[in-house]
Amino acid sequence: MNIKVECHEANHICDKNQYKEATFWEKVKLNFHLIYCRACRKYSARNNKLTKAIKNPKVQTVSMSEKEAMKRRLEEQLSN
Amino acid sequence: MPSHKIDATKWVDAYSDYLFNYTITRVNDRDVAQDLISETFLAGLKSMKNFKGEATERTWLISILKRKIIDHYRKSNSKKGKAEVHINYKDEESEGDWLEERVADPFDKTAEDEIENEELGQAIFSCLDKLPEKQARIFRMKTIDNFDTEAICNEFDITPSNFWVIIHRARTAMASCMEENWL
Repeated sequence: MNIKVECHEANHICDKNQYKEATFWEKVKLNFHLIYCRACRKYSARNNKLTKAIKNPKVQTVSMSEKEAMKRRLEEQLSN
Repeated sequence: MPSHKIDATKWVDAYSDYLFNYTITRVNDRDVAQDLISETFLAGLKSMKNFKGEATERTWLISILKRKIIDHYRKSNSKKGKAEVHINYKDEESEGDWLEERVADPFDKTAEDEIENEELGQAIFSCLDKLPEKQARIFRMKTIDNFDTEAICNEFDITPSNFWVIIHRARTAMASCMEENWL
């Protein structure tokens, strides 16, 4: 097992990590890579920022069931 | 029918989150917001002929929605007792106290924080709008609706590595879009 990874792989781990899907070993490799790679550090920082922004509780979305209800109302109107 | 086609059945998927964020910051009630959006879609259907295609569909829907929100406030205002102020004092003793003492502490919560958060949702959804459709849908399913990777792969019939490439592209585009418009 090599601790060194290439940038594209580091980015892939970083993406996975945003969804908590990276394994422990992958996280170790990512962090090791970030020590010496400035570009990936930047990418990681932006990626984390994006995740945080979307997790913001003020950002509200319409749930699936609510969307279905709205669709039904629209379709009723369309068929009239 | 005008020359450009409007597919109303796609409206809910495409615009409801954006419109919802826009509305919720103005009416602060989930149910009311949903009613207003439904009404907006219906009004949009009725006046589809008048849509010239000069603006994007979303801008057009927002302009309808604005009217609906104003109407909503007009209605709720006319229900109120006109120019009548009721003040409930907590007890007999405090009757006649200065009203000014009872206003909320302005330093409690900074207005700026609130506004920033409200606009954030709109920034996110307008950035999402700029992505190619497939990317936007997958990104939304994964990030906002929290679907499993496997479920999305099955739905779109793609391999996991394919999926991660799409997510990567979407995230890069979203991050730079957000940086321009927001951060």
